[in-house]
Amino acid sequence: MHPLLTNEPGKKMFLMGNEAIARGALEAGVSFATCYPGTPSSEIPEQFFNISREISDFYFEYSTNEKVALEVAAGAAQCGIRCMVTMKHVGLNVAADPLMTLAYTGVVGGMVIVNADDPFMFSSQNEQDNRYYARLSSLPMLEPSTVAEAKEVTKAAYDLSEELKLPVILRTTTRLNHTRAAVELGTLPQRKTLGSFQKNPFNLVTVPAVSRKLHKDLLEKYQRAQEKAEQWPFNECAGNGKIGLISFGVCATYVKDAIKDLGIADQVKLLKLGFTWPLPKNLITNFLKSVEKVLVVEELEPVLETDIKAIAQDAGLTITIKGKGVGGFSRLYEYDPGLVRKAIAEFVGVPNKAPAPLDLSDVPPLPGRPPNLCAGCPHRATYYEVKEVFGSDSVFPTDIGCYTLGLLPPISMADFLICMGSSVSSGAGFSRCQPKKVVSFIGDSTFYHAGITGLIDAVHNNHNFTLVILDNGTTAMTGHQPHPGVNPEALQINRTRVVLEDVVRGCGVKDIHIIDPYKVKKSIETLKKAYEYAGISVVIAQQLCPLFARATKQLKRSRPFMINHEKCKNHRLCLNKLACPAMYLEGERVQIDKNLCIGCAVCAQICPENAIVPLKE
Amino acid sequence: MQDKRVVMVAVGGQGNVLSARLLGEACMLMGIPAIVSEVHGMAQRGGIVETSINIGDINSPIVSNNEADVLVAFEPLEGLRALNKCNKDTIAVVNTRPLPPFTVAVGQGVYPPVEKSLELMKAKLKRVVAFDGMELAEKANNPLALNMVMLGAFIGLNEIPISLEVMKKVVSERTKKQFLDSNLLALELGYQAIKG
Repeated sequence: MHPLLTNEPGKKMFLMGNEAIARGALEAGVSFATCYPGTPSSEIPEQFFNISREISDFYFEYSTNEKVALEVAAGAAQCGIRCMVTMKHVGLNVAADPLMTLAYTGVVGGMVIVNADDPFMFSSQNEQDNRYYARLSSLPMLEPSTVAEAKEVTKAAYDLSEELKLPVILRTTTRLNHTRAAVELGTLPQRKTLGSFQKNPFNLVTVPAVSRKLHKDLLEKYQRAQEKAEQWPFNECAGNGKIGLISFGVCATYVKDAIKDLGIADQVKLLKLGFTWPLPKNLITNFLKSVEKVLVVEELEPVLETDIKAIAQDAGLTITIKGKGVGGFSRLYEYDPGLVRKAIAEFVGVPNKAPAPLDLSDVPPLPGRPPNLCAGCPHRATYYEVKEVFGSDSVFPTDIGCYTLGLLPPISMADFLICMGSSVSSGAGFSRCQPKKVVSFIGDSTFYHAGITGLIDAVHNNHNFTLVILDNGTTAMTGHQPHPGVNPEALQINRTRVVLEDVVRGCGVKDIHIIDPYKVKKSIETLKKAYEYAGISVVIAQQLCPLFARATKQLKRSRPFMINHEKCKNHRLCLNKLACPAMYLEGERVQIDKNLCIGCAVCAQICPENAIVPLKE
Repeated sequence: MQDKRVVMVAVGGQGNVLSARLLGEACMLMGIPAIVSEVHGMAQRGGIVETSINIGDINSPIVSNNEADVLVAFEPLEGLRALNKCNKDTIAVVNTRPLPPFTVAVGQGVYPPVEKSLELMKAKLKRVVAFDGMELAEKANNPLALNMVMLGAFIGLNEIPISLEVMKKVVSERTKKQFLDSNLLALELGYQAIKG
């Protein structure tokens, strides 16, 4: 049985923030969940995926993208089913279109949209602050501060959603998603999987006349949300000091530690907000009236600081309210306990208690350890083959996935990346406005997510570039989730395969090639045809991700390779052109680590001396 | 007990996320508050994996620079790199078996000699215990059990009130049965490496 289905109220489990959120949803009776995976949110749907394979009264899908995920769930919610939609922060950009108007129609069954922000961009292309989305959409936003709270807040969010008849955004940051702590289990209720839909077009079909009324309704709901915010049990106020500290989310834990470490409990008063939009205006006003100055502790944008200043203005208060600029508080990156303690010490006017840094001036420069494409990764072979045909001077728009690591030398074949699917559409722009060849790279999952519309555009508008779809049969980057093109049999899932080649053909592409990147010579010959073609050419590079293949028992066992040093003349093409992590230098000679080599044989095919041979067992 | 801020550093694939989690589970079993934080992301692809375990009356899930009480380094270069997490009172446990990053193979850096790294660490920290953890994992018949060796070593430091028996109980309940014997042996060998 899946651990999150443990029905022992009171039992403690050591859960990751994402697991706690999934458990909270289960304790709220959620029976329907959708997502597109994205770090740091991916472990939430991973739980649902595994649970849905075990029990029949829970529907879960990996949707094609976040917009689809939200719309599928919107249908479920209209039928009165409790549902959850999860995504990373930039995923909400993709889902922003349905979000903004779903706020107008509202929901019947409770809906929680988990939005995982990523300050410091541990695994993201930007660190946008999605608290703005709550403000933009007028939807309620809740922000848990600890793992245990994450479960409780998720559960409470469903009652709130159904009471307000609005989707609720649960915002996390990476630090909460990927932290583990003890969580006490509650009860698991019966799940309702079948609801009913009451037709109500004059409240649900958002033509202008309807929407004019719905926007007014939304503002009334927003008013009620504000009243809810005032009474929200996860807002906390502690202390009686005259210096106010306001925070929320993970930062509130840093503030609590700073108060303890600096020994200033009698000088400060802390307001920790759990309901962060709409803000509990009265609660905040009363807090402001009870202190002499206030420091707002928030990562990323000064959103709360600005709002609190506005609340103070409304109340005619002139106390000092500070945030960004105090200590090292900036709009950049993730905060940490030391940074927050320093700023609070400065604001309160007490000495900071921090251990002195070590003198590291005698530590030599250390070699970096950047992430790398795995040993035997088929993307490495594809990159090599494309470079052999198109040279390194062509323009290479790239996309989001493991293959973005093609940025690093010696591959160095990534020139432009902004978001999911951008390789295809930006390739069109590049091909129109400069003379060099353009080769765009996109992964299979990313292609289904956001590449198809760009490809249709490229065909229709007669653009001229080559699109290489790196088809490794899975969503590798985020942990091998299925996508519409996966082989359902290998995963033992009852889903229909949407064949990649059929989609490409259906988009109107005439010049389509399929290569197996492990076959170097043949792939290069095929790529030459794409090179010569005037117009849109698509090359599908098909080879399973070795990690995925191993996990799903599809990896054909191949013998690892070794270097025959009698033949090797130390050209080092293998090392310098492929840079597979299974290779290393021993003195001046290249060696292959037999424990890392998966036997893909790509290096053996490019060695001019045929010196790379299967290891004799 | 005194609050303890523990940082574990390793290379992707060395299993430090599991060690940190098991340590957290052991604390929970003993009623000691613990928060474990992991840096994931692209780590699976050979990058650095850092976990922090905050034990005691601590709310924050992470450890700031200079604030680790204990550093557990699964790899000597990563131990050296993590000195920015340490201060003069930090205790470190270091596996001495190097795992050179790929950048060294392609000539983008020089791997610092292990002896030199240990010397630097010893000069700066309160106590450094260094041993070949991989040798012990191999002795336990499972090169993947380095994480158990390092976990055992950490328990052997006696920095937190978790006994080897409690740790063994958690490992028995939470790790795959097929590796149980080698995991328990690796845990024991790591513990003995500290206790002597």
